[in-house]
Amino acid sequence: MLEELIIAGFGGQGVLRLGQLIAYAGMVDGKEVSWLPSYGPEMRGGTANCNIMYSDAPIGSPIVTSATALITLNGPATDKFENTVRKGGDIFVNSSIVERKIERQDVNAYYIPANDIAIKLGNARIMNMVMLGAYLEKTNLFSVDIAEKALRHVLGASKEKLIPVNLDAMKEGAKYVK
Amino acid sequence: MEKQLLKGNEAISEAAVRAGCRFYFGYPITPQNQIPEYMSKRMPEVDGCFLQAESEVAAINMVYGAGGSGARVMTSSSSPGISLKQEGISYIAAAEIPCVIVNMVRGGPGLGSIQPSQGDYFQSTRGGGHGDYRHIVLAPATVQEAVDLVHLAFDLADKYRMPVIIFGDGMIGQMMEPVELPPMQEVRTEFPDFATTGKRGKDRRVINSLYIETYQLEELINRLKSRYEQVEKNETMCEEYMTEDAEIILTAFGTVSRIAKNAVKQAREMGFKVGLLRPVTLWPFPTKIMASYANKDSVKRFIDIEMNDGQMLEDVKLAVNGAVKVDFIGKLGGIIPTPDEIIEMIKEDK
Amino acid sequence: MGKVFSVTSYLTDDTMHYCPGCTHGIIHRLVAEVLEEMQAERVIGVAPVGCAVFAYDYFNFDCHQAAHGRAPAVATGIKRVHKDALVFTYQGDGDLASIGAAEIVNAAGRGENITVIFINNAIYGMTGGQMAPTSLVGQKTTTSPYGRKPELCGYPLTMSEMLATQKGAYYIERTSVHDVPNINKTKKAIRKAFEAQKAGKGFSMIEILSTCPTNWGMTPVESLQWVKDSMIEVFPLGVFKDGDN
Repeated sequence: MLEELIIAGFGGQGVLRLGQLIAYAGMVDGKEVSWLPSYGPEMRGGTANCNIMYSDAPIGSPIVTSATALITLNGPATDKFENTVRKGGDIFVNSSIVERKIERQDVNAYYIPANDIAIKLGNARIMNMVMLGAYLEKTNLFSVDIAEKALRHVLGASKEKLIPVNLDAMKEGAKYVK
Repeated sequence: MEKQLLKGNEAISEAAVRAGCRFYFGYPITPQNQIPEYMSKRMPEVDGCFLQAESEVAAINMVYGAGGSGARVMTSSSSPGISLKQEGISYIAAAEIPCVIVNMVRGGPGLGSIQPSQGDYFQSTRGGGHGDYRHIVLAPATVQEAVDLVHLAFDLADKYRMPVIIFGDGMIGQMMEPVELPPMQEVRTEFPDFATTGKRGKDRRVINSLYIETYQLEELINRLKSRYEQVEKNETMCEEYMTEDAEIILTAFGTVSRIAKNAVKQAREMGFKVGLLRPVTLWPFPTKIMASYANKDSVKRFIDIEMNDGQMLEDVKLAVNGAVKVDFIGKLGGIIPTPDEIIEMIKEDK
Repeated sequence: MGKVFSVTSYLTDDTMHYCPGCTHGIIHRLVAEVLEEMQAERVIGVAPVGCAVFAYDYFNFDCHQAAHGRAPAVATGIKRVHKDALVFTYQGDGDLASIGAAEIVNAAGRGENITVIFINNAIYGMTGGQMAPTSLVGQKTTTSPYGRKPELCGYPLTMSEMLATQKGAYYIERTSVHDVPNINKTKKAIRKAFEAQKAGKGFSMIEILSTCPTNWGMTPVESLQWVKDSMIEVFPLGVFKDGDN
């Protein structure tokens, strides 16, 4: 098993954080993982993206050249990465922001109005967790239990109270693609 | 030991602390800023010293002072900053002072780019500053290996009394991988014999690189040379990956070697007998190992892959010494090669 | 008969290489005598690039030799490791005020607990008499053969005045060694600087107006007179910063 995931969007949408959470979950789950961010000036207000490798075997190159899945949070990211997804791969689109549909016919596209869902839950910043819920529902990369463990680590003791709302966001995201 | 998910830059910093490094002097430059940031937080916790110097030039000279005073000391930077440090590195090499220098290489020449590159290979493996000297260069390919090599770097620096360079790049510095950190090593309380302590009433120590008499300087260089020979004999490291029956040998180091490994796997599935030689020490270079493969009857061809315009290529060619053809893939400006490009090159010759 | 004088054990027996009439030798001795009088048990000196490059041969304690201008950075590294040792740099005007301007300013700004002995003789001595950042207007050197022209290369840098404006600097004084009273004053100033360091007060610098008869093209006596008549006007003597006051 080798999951090659790209997450992309604007800086500030929680792109890198979500990637780290998935990588951390993989480590907790006993998998081999790597997380590689785009870095530099483009991170400020421009596009941000990260590559995650998630595998049973040691990771070779950490660079995703043929993605098994893409989580895209805005229009420019969708334009940039739609074609890096391999045939039969999954594209998870934040349809609150991305106005267009995926053009390719040889991939599975899922549309989740993640900003709207997050705002409804009372916290716009958990938009990325809505996307994670949808992604996990379709890929079963790891269990909700593992996700919770990873969240606990990433949030730390001071933000532990945010765990329930994050889990709710994941549930809502999952519902959307069921 | 529990694994931690760490960025390369953070992992290198923590590894240094655990290797007993208590002095860090640096200056901000992308893509290595997480090292000074981590050290500024961590050093006070372990009663160590973090100091942001006024320049890379000052930072390396603080390293020279602290190293000459007997401390385990480190600095880090990225290519343009490493160029500025070269004056100090030359002094440190001549004065036979141990220290560790991390270079998270970015694109050059000039201000270049901040993307990963291997364009500092010549600078690192040929000494880099003025005069006749070398230093050990370790090139990690994974975050875990970076941790392991930092530990080794401090030991080698002490053993041979010379600077050791950790040659990473923006990718190794920025990416996160699970790592197992070594246990915390105790900080040595005794200062090495060469070090200045300022104590009166013993033989005094002078940390110096000035030899105004020609024969004295010759003596120093000869002493360094014989030490370099020991380093070459004892410390050369090279990973041999699926090379046993290989007809085509890929050569690559650091970040690029990971992509080359993917290419080896894919090419093997397609029926090509391909292997990879990955120098872990860029200096000393694994010349003998490469030569032994070049002279095998089964080996038909070498392909060297780098993120520069063919720098290690020269060492590979010297090692192969005309025995077989050496092809080259060089990606410039911070562009990372893909496995497909390597596969194409492998197919091309068939 | 009782012994009334002996050479300081803080200097070696080496014969100094300085030119006749050069005041480096006097200043070396003043530094060494002060350290002896303070009974300093741990001392580390940092030699510069310049005429005093061999200072490590003359000072009878641990020394580092630093790259041109970098002595304050090297001293910083040393002092951070050996907090209990008295650490000082010995630098000339080219080393300190020109190529090492960034290092000296930032060492002062950090309040680095070191002492700087700054020898200002308004010329590059070792390289053969080129113009220094402290050369006087009109002063002829091998690289200002028509005299230093302000429209071409500005004015001499007054380092004591400059560094005294910095909060991190604790004690800054400019002295001269052109006659015996001033030599005595210089020794007191050096003592004050080292005492400040010993007490952990921070950065101290003594700028000492010095001679270079060889490169000035003067006799030793003429050069002492030139310090008195010409240099002091541009580089007035006195305490520029005293953290105690």
